[in-house]
Amino acid sequence: MAKKSSVTSTSIGVGLATGLYGVSFGALSVAAGLDIWQTQVLSLLMFSGGSQFAFVGVIAAAGVGGAGVGAAIVSAWLLGIRNGFYAVRMAPILKQVGLAKLVPALLTIDESTAVATAQENQKDQVRGFWVTGAAVFIFWNLMTLSGAVLGDALGDPRAWGLDAAAAAAFLGLLWPRLVQRQAMAVAAAALLIATITTPALPAGVPVLLAGGAAVLVGAFNWFAPKSESA
Amino acid sequence: MDIWLGILLASAAVYSWKIFGYLVPSSVLNHPTISRIANLLTVALLAALLGVQGLTNGSALEFDARIPAIAVASILLYFRAPFVVMVATAALVAGLIRIWFGF
Repeated sequence: MAKKSSVTSTSIGVGLATGLYGVSFGALSVAAGLDIWQTQVLSLLMFSGGSQFAFVGVIAAAGVGGAGVGAAIVSAWLLGIRNGFYAVRMAPILKQVGLAKLVPALLTIDESTAVATAQENQKDQVRGFWVTGAAVFIFWNLMTLSGAVLGDALGDPRAWGLDAAAAAAFLGLLWPRLVQRQAMAVAAAALLIATITTPALPAGVPVLLAGGAAVLVGAFNWFAPKSESA
Repeated sequence: MDIWLGILLASAAVYSWKIFGYLVPSSVLNHPTISRIANLLTVALLAALLGVQGLTNGSALEFDARIPAIAVASILLYFRAPFVVMVATAALVAGLIRIWFGF
């Protein structure tokens, strides 16, 4: 019983902590030009922090409507790729079949996968996935709404430093991934490529172009950790 | 493109990865090169978005109060500050610099 409650409390704790930064998403989304409803639908249906920040980040640069929306879609899609890998890890644990896969798929994100795979037995893994997924979903959406209402009331986003907050949000998402030399090299190259090509390319495209750096480095395994290089 | 259509398409696109992982045999996505590219792609897109959000304005490069704000955010991240605290502090730093120095 102690074990069961410890999984549940970890899950709810993670849900609260993650949900809290839904405030920043809500505020930044409204600052980017989306309305409260559009912001809320992103949290309900897309439900993946990195992709949501990317979508509104590109919209902030390109404006609501027009060609930038296409680049925003592709950016969000590419940032969602890691969820596919989480799903691969969760599938044999959850053992859902047929249409029953549709709901866990929505909840398959960084946090639910991390809590689930940290548990020792299958029962706790299943519980960890569902409770974390549900807790993050509920708090993330409530906090998104609070942030959107707050952002709407604030007015000029620049005066409140919300453009800097958006940059900081990307830095915060990036930070834990910068452990190896390869990731650092890719991050530096991508930042440089996207920044210096911004004056020359349509909004949103520089971000996608920078993604090319990752494909290249990954495919040839440049800057590989010593143990992995051939 | 209409923003609502964009929101729905982007949500479906993100969901497609999630459901894809449940439908394909695990060997497809577990190939070392594929998973390495996927990890680096996440890093590259986040770094690119950091550059665009932090150093540009519209189609111009612009170096302003966001840079010291990002520097402060890095320090907070180094000391493992919570995400929300770090983001709010960055906003505060940029906002105050704009009030005091106007850039």
